[in-house]
Amino acid sequence: MTSAPWLAPRIALSQQRERVLTLLSFLLPLLIWAAVSYTPFIWHPNMEITEPGSVNYFQEGMQIERETFQEEYNTQLEAGGELPQGFRANPVYLPAPHEVAIAFYTSFTTEPRRRSEQWLHESLWHSIQIIFWGFTLSSILGVPLGILSGTFAAVSRLHEPFIEFFRYLPAPAFGALAVAILGIYDGPKIAIIFIGTFFQQVLVISNTTRKLDIALLEAALTLGANRRQLLFKVVIPGVLPQLYKDQRILLGWAWTYLIVAELIGTSSGITWFITQQARYQNFDNVFAAIMMIGIIGLLSDLLLARLGKRLFPWERSSNKS
Amino acid sequence: MTKLDLPNYKDQSPEVKARFDDLKQRDVILDVKHLGKIFDSAKGPVTALEDINFQVHRREFVTVIGPSGCGKSTLIRTLAGLESATSGEVLLEGAAVSGPGPDRGMVFQGYTLFPWLTVKKNVMFGLRNQGVSAVEAESEALEWINLVGLEKFAEVYPDQLSGGMKQRVAIARALAAKPRILLMDEPFGALDAQTRSKMQAYLLEIWRHIDITILFITHDLDEAIYLADRILVLDAHPGRVSELIEVPVSRPRAPEQLLRPEFLAARQRLDELIHPPGQGDEEVGKLNMLRFANVGEEVQPQN
Repeated sequence: MTSAPWLAPRIALSQQRERVLTLLSFLLPLLIWAAVSYTPFIWHPNMEITEPGSVNYFQEGMQIERETFQEEYNTQLEAGGELPQGFRANPVYLPAPHEVAIAFYTSFTTEPRRRSEQWLHESLWHSIQIIFWGFTLSSILGVPLGILSGTFAAVSRLHEPFIEFFRYLPAPAFGALAVAILGIYDGPKIAIIFIGTFFQQVLVISNTTRKLDIALLEAALTLGANRRQLLFKVVIPGVLPQLYKDQRILLGWAWTYLIVAELIGTSSGITWFITQQARYQNFDNVFAAIMMIGIIGLLSDLLLARLGKRLFPWERSSNKS
Repeated sequence: MTKLDLPNYKDQSPEVKARFDDLKQRDVILDVKHLGKIFDSAKGPVTALEDINFQVHRREFVTVIGPSGCGKSTLIRTLAGLESATSGEVLLEGAAVSGPGPDRGMVFQGYTLFPWLTVKKNVMFGLRNQGVSAVEAESEALEWINLVGLEKFAEVYPDQLSGGMKQRVAIARALAAKPRILLMDEPFGALDAQTRSKMQAYLLEIWRHIDITILFITHDLDEAIYLADRILVLDAHPGRVSELIEVPVSRPRAPEQLLRPEFLAARQRLDELIHPPGQGDEEVGKLNMLRFANVGEEVQPQN
């Protein structure tokens, strides 16, 4: 067991190795980031000025490209003026890991600059609500339609050609229209998530439904199932586990539409927070907010995967193999 | 092929003859009349079945055999109503059938248990469709599960069962819906030889104990004889009835009978029908010639 090679084609890893590699997959990018941030000779293209010296446009805390700094330094050296002082730094848009880690906490505790503005947790909660409503509305229509068109060729023919066409239309293109119809607040944002999800959803789910082994339907027919029983007792339970997996993937897509959706009308939610913080040049907060989206996405997916194992116990052993 | 010195397969011992006389007296369960099936393909219509005629009597066990492409599966799927006939008709106890129904139970070659239902719920499926109450369906299902010897697995999902066990559940599931005839489409074809012979014994036991008529497709000559009262032999291209053989082997059956002269006589007759003399041998002969032609001779380079 211990001598098994790390790179064996299509062979499952031992649990221990799996854990090590999972940890590494997060650690490696973090290490690269830390290396770039903390070792000056890797990148650090700027100088952060601590002492402006006689350079009239230098200010304390200002960042300037190293070459420019060097020129000014040389000029002052020749002219015999006061020499500027500084240290090598990365650009403001690349904060160090520890700064982002701190921002993770402080962005929650920092009061909004204006009274009309929202706290970070309020922004996040708003984003989650937008996703929830967009995805739920899409699923209420898309899942049944997908199952029906995967089951009945006539239903599929009736709308799938149109959906094939419509899904190529980029959801954000409907932004202005959505604002005109639904106003500037949450309506158009939910609409964009809906448009971005729904058309893919119908196609993906009807495809999943079509993949159900037809022999199961035939077996049910010879056991006296009528059309309604076929649909509710065979097709739906038969596709449910895969449909659940599809929904998890589609939920991920819904998140990708969130940022665009939130820019439509009045900017809101996490996107508002990100753009606002970028305007203040608080890039540590920007990074923290982007990572929060990733963490929320990953955690909710893990949670749903856990839940799926409980919901579909008959899938347990086939998942292992 | 040298012929063994065997009795004629049509010679029946008094016991066997008496059984066939009795069989012919019984009600006709399945009556297939001039059944034909033509498929439309890209190359034009293909005749899969042509003028098929036969009857199956109550509690009879009929096996269907024939060369590959003879339309065995098409035949059984048409009887089940999963395919529609192009011509002719199928009567079940005198009534014409159209479309699938629970009066013709089916066991498929592939595993068709519902993976999301436990063994018990699978067996209850047909009963529940017919409106039997959950309590009643459950107790009936458990009886059928007992009958196929899987009482310990009633609450287990199908993917935890072996192939043989799955097919036993499939048989229980089909029988629980109380069909008038059980159609079996190479149900043991995917099983290993040992499991298959066990399953054959199980099936014969079940058939002996309950009032069920069975039509069973197979491509295994021994299986066809071992299980059957009569064997329906089909020809290929188009699928036609070539002969209906009355199996001259007494019941109950036991594996030792596979070596009895009357069994071998039936076996030889099947061989003749399915591998007509000359046809297969010639091809094998040609292959051998090719092999020997190359030995010790320079092969001429091709121009």
